[in-house]
Amino acid sequence: MSLVFLIFIPILAALFIPLLFKRLGQIHTGWFVLLVPAALFSYYATRLPSVMEGGTYVSEFSWIPSLDIAFVAYLDGLSLLFTLLITGIGALVVLYSIFYLDKHREQLHNFYVYLLIFMSAMLGVVQSDHLITLYLFWELTSISSFLLIAYWYTRDRSRFGALKSMMITVFGGLMMLGGFVLLSIMGGTYSIRELIAQAPELAQHDFFIWALVLVLLGAFTKSAQFPFYIWLPDAMEAPTPVSAYLHSATMVKAGIYLVARLTPVFALSEVWMWLVAGVGLFTMVWASFFALKQKDLKGILAFSTVSQLGLIMSLLGVAAAAYHVEDAAETYLKYAAFAAIFHLINHATFKGSLFMIAGIVDHETGTRDIRKLGGLMSLMPVSFTVALIGSLSMAGLPPFNGFLSKEMFLTAMLSLQEFDMFSMDVWWVLFPIIAWVGSVFTFIYSLYFVFHTFAGKHQPEQLPKQAHEAPIGMLISPVFLAALVVLIFFIPNLIGDWLVKPAVAAIQPFLYDSPQNVDIHVAAWHGFNTELFMALGIFAIGGLMFWTLHKWQRLYDLYPDAISLNRLYDEMMLLSGGGANRFSRIYMTGFIRSYLVYMFSFMTFIVLLTLFLTDAFQIDFSNLTPIGIYEIVILLALVGATLTILGSKSRLTAIIALGAVGYSVALLFVIFRAPDLALTQLVIETISVALFLLAFYHLPQISRKEERMKFRFGNALVALGVGITMTLVALSAHSQKALPSISEFYKETVYKEAGGGNIVNVILVDYRGFDTLFEIAVLGIAGIGIITMIRLRLTKKEGQHENK
Amino acid sequence: MELVMSVAIGLLFMAAVYLMLSKSLIRIIIGTGLLSHGAHLLLLTMGGLGGTAPPVVADGVTVGDYADPLPQALILTAIVISFAVTSFFLVLAYRAYQELGTDNMELLRGTEDYE
Repeated sequence: MSLVFLIFIPILAALFIPLLFKRLGQIHTGWFVLLVPAALFSYYATRLPSVMEGGTYVSEFSWIPSLDIAFVAYLDGLSLLFTLLITGIGALVVLYSIFYLDKHREQLHNFYVYLLIFMSAMLGVVQSDHLITLYLFWELTSISSFLLIAYWYTRDRSRFGALKSMMITVFGGLMMLGGFVLLSIMGGTYSIRELIAQAPELAQHDFFIWALVLVLLGAFTKSAQFPFYIWLPDAMEAPTPVSAYLHSATMVKAGIYLVARLTPVFALSEVWMWLVAGVGLFTMVWASFFALKQKDLKGILAFSTVSQLGLIMSLLGVAAAAYHVEDAAETYLKYAAFAAIFHLINHATFKGSLFMIAGIVDHETGTRDIRKLGGLMSLMPVSFTVALIGSLSMAGLPPFNGFLSKEMFLTAMLSLQEFDMFSMDVWWVLFPIIAWVGSVFTFIYSLYFVFHTFAGKHQPEQLPKQAHEAPIGMLISPVFLAALVVLIFFIPNLIGDWLVKPAVAAIQPFLYDSPQNVDIHVAAWHGFNTELFMALGIFAIGGLMFWTLHKWQRLYDLYPDAISLNRLYDEMMLLSGGGANRFSRIYMTGFIRSYLVYMFSFMTFIVLLTLFLTDAFQIDFSNLTPIGIYEIVILLALVGATLTILGSKSRLTAIIALGAVGYSVALLFVIFRAPDLALTQLVIETISVALFLLAFYHLPQISRKEERMKFRFGNALVALGVGITMTLVALSAHSQKALPSISEFYKETVYKEAGGGNIVNVILVDYRGFDTLFEIAVLGIAGIGIITMIRLRLTKKEGQHENK
Repeated sequence: MELVMSVAIGLLFMAAVYLMLSKSLIRIIIGTGLLSHGAHLLLLTMGGLGGTAPPVVADGVTVGDYADPLPQALILTAIVISFAVTSFFLVLAYRAYQELGTDNMELLRGTEDYE
C-alpha cells in the first residue's frame, strides 16, 4: 500500500469508533482501537532494515495541483524513528487506557476519535516532506490536543488548560507558517528535501533570518521551551493516557522533530545554533529547578518533561555547531546529534512509564498530591519497581538507559570547547556548567518523585480511596517500558545501529553519506574522564540536596506568583478579550440605523471611488429620447408624493403618498411601453396599500419628536450621498455599453425558438425559467414566514406556545 | 428624458435612505418601498427608454422598434420580490409592536447583557 495513505488510516478508523461504541458497548472500545497502532507499528517496523542501510521511501498524492500542494510521505531514518515512536507508544497507551478509562462511565467514543485523529496528524507531521501539508498536520495535532485536554469538559481547569495550550501552540503554528512561506519564496519550492539541497544559497537570502526565527517560534511553542512552556503543566488536566502519549512522548516532540528536520537548512547560521542550544539549555535548568516546587505528581512530570525537552533541544543546537567546524566527524561534536536522538528514545521509555505510574497512583489512591502520598511501596510493589527504574533512569544512574544518554549529553556540552568561533574560549564553559546544574536538579526531582510517593509514612486517612496495587492489565504497558529502560542499557549499540544512526544521518547529511558512516560507539564505561567526574558530582551533590530537601523546599514559596509567566498569560488573555469587547462595542451599537449608515456610506464611497478611478463617469447626449409632456407631469406627481412622505406627520398620509408613488411608476411603465409591468405594478400596489392600511390600525403614530436635529442632519447627508451616487450611476450606465445587450438575441429568437409573442413573458418562463422558479420559492418562503409569525405566539411570561 | 429620469431616481433613493435611517419602524418599511421603486426605474433607464412598440411580436413591427425587453423582465421579477419583502416586513413590524409595545428602533436594540 502506498505510504501516503497509511497516514490517514487512524483517521479513517475513527469514523467507525462511534458505531462500535454504540453497538458493541459491552466490549471496551479500546480493544478495537488497539489494532490500529499495533498494525501500523508492525508494518513500519518492516521498513527498518532498508532504512537502516540508508534507504528512503517517497510516496506522493496530489491534493491541490493548481497551488502545488500535495501530501508527500517521506520515510527516512528520522521520520521512521518518530513513526515507530508514535505507533509503538500509541499501542501501549491505548492498552493502558483500556484499564484506565471505565467503559460504563466515560465517553469512550469521544476519547478514541480524538486520539486517532491525533495519531494521523502526528504521523503526517513527521512524514510530510511538503511544508504546507506539514503545517496542516501540525495544527491538527494542536486541535486534537485541545480536544483531548478538554476531554473532561465539565471541569473548569480542563477547559482552561485546553484553551491555554491551544492559544500558545496555534500562535506558534501561525508564526511557523510565516517561516514556511518565506522558505518557499526563497527556495521556490515547498519540498524540504529540495530546500536542504539549496541550503547554502538560502543562507545568503535577506529573508533567511526571519524564516529561521519564525520556524523556531513554532518549534519552541510546540516543544514547550522557555518562555512558552507554561501551557504544558496546565495540559496535565487531560486523562493520564493522553499526558503520557501527547504531552510527553509524541506531540511535544514535534518541535524537536522540526528542529532536527530543518537543521540541514538552518545550521549554517550561527544564530540558529546559539538560539537552539541556549534556549534549550536554559529551559532545561529552569524547568528542573521549578519541578521541585510542584506538589502534583503530574505537575512534577510536566516540568520534568519541559526540562528534558530542553535538554534534547540544546543537544540539537550543539549538533548544528558541527556544521561550522572542519572535519566535525572527527571531533567530539559528533556526539551531540546522536545523544539527542538517543535521549529522545530513552525519554519516551522512562517518561512514558512514569506517567503511567502517576496515573495508576491517581487511579488507585484517588489523589496525585505528593504531600498526601507516601509509603505506597509495600502496597503497590510492582508500581514502585517501575517508578524506581524510570526515576533512576531519568536521574542518570546506571544500569539504566538514562545514564548512557546523560553521559553523552555531558560529552556533547564539553565538546563545545572544540568550537572556537567568536573566540568563545571563555563563554563555552557556561554550557557544561549550566548543564551540570540542571542535571543536579533533575537528579533531585527524580528522587523526589519516586521516594515521596512510595517511601516514607503511609497516610491512609489522607487518601480518598483505599490504596492497592493496580489491575494487571494496567501494569502491562509501564512494565514493558521499564523493561526497555533496562534492556537498552545493555544493548545500546543495537538501538544505535537500528534507530539512532539513520536519524543522525538525516540530521547531518553533510557529514554522513549513510547511517553506516556514523562512527559512534556507546559504552557505559569510558575510563576516568571529565564526564564521569561530573556525573559523580551530580550524584553526590544531588543526593545531599535531596536529603535536606525538607529544609530548603520552602524557599520556593517565596517566589512571588505576581511576576510569573502564567500571570502574564492570564493578563494578556484578559486584556485582549476585554479590549476586543470594548472596541467592538464602539461600533456594534445594536441600533439598526448605525449599521445602515455604515453600509450606505461605504457603498457610496466605493462606487464613487470606482467611478473616479476607472474614469467611468460620462454622459452621452447623443442617444437620448425626447422629453414628453406626460412624462413630466407624472414625474412631478411622483416627486410631489415622495416629498409628501418625507414631510408627513400622519401614517395615513404617508401610506397614501406611497401608493401615489407606486401608481405614478405604473403610469411611467405604460408610457415607456411596458404593459406587463404596468399591470403587475397596479395590482401589487393596490394590494400593498391595502396591506399597509390593514396594519395601520395596529401601529403607532409616526412620531418625529424623538429624532434629534443632529441625527437628522447626519441622515440627510448620507441620504444625499446615496441619491447623488445613484443618479451618477444611472447616467453612466445609460451612456455606455461595454457589451452588446443580449436583448437582441431574445428579440430575434423569441418566436422561432420559444414560439411565443410576448417577449417579456417568454424570457421569464422560458429563457430564464429557473429565475422565475426561485422567485416563486422566495414568495413561498415569505408567505410561510408571515403565517408563522401570525400564528406563533411566543411570550416570555409563559415561555410556551399559546395556541397549543 | 434619461437625464430627467436619472435625477428622479436619485431623488427616490435619497428619500428612501433618509426614511430607512429613522427610528420608526413604519418609516423604515415605507423607505424600503421607495427604494424598490427607485431600483425599478433605474433598471428601466439603464436599458434606454427608446423603442416605439411594446415588446410583443406583432405584424409590421421590426426588431429595432421594440422597447428593450430585458429590463422589463428583470423589473417584473423585482416587483414581485419586493412585494413579498414588504409584506413580510409589515407583518414583522405588526407582530413586533404587539409583542414589545413599541416600534422605536432605539428601544428595539439588543439587551446589554449579550456577553
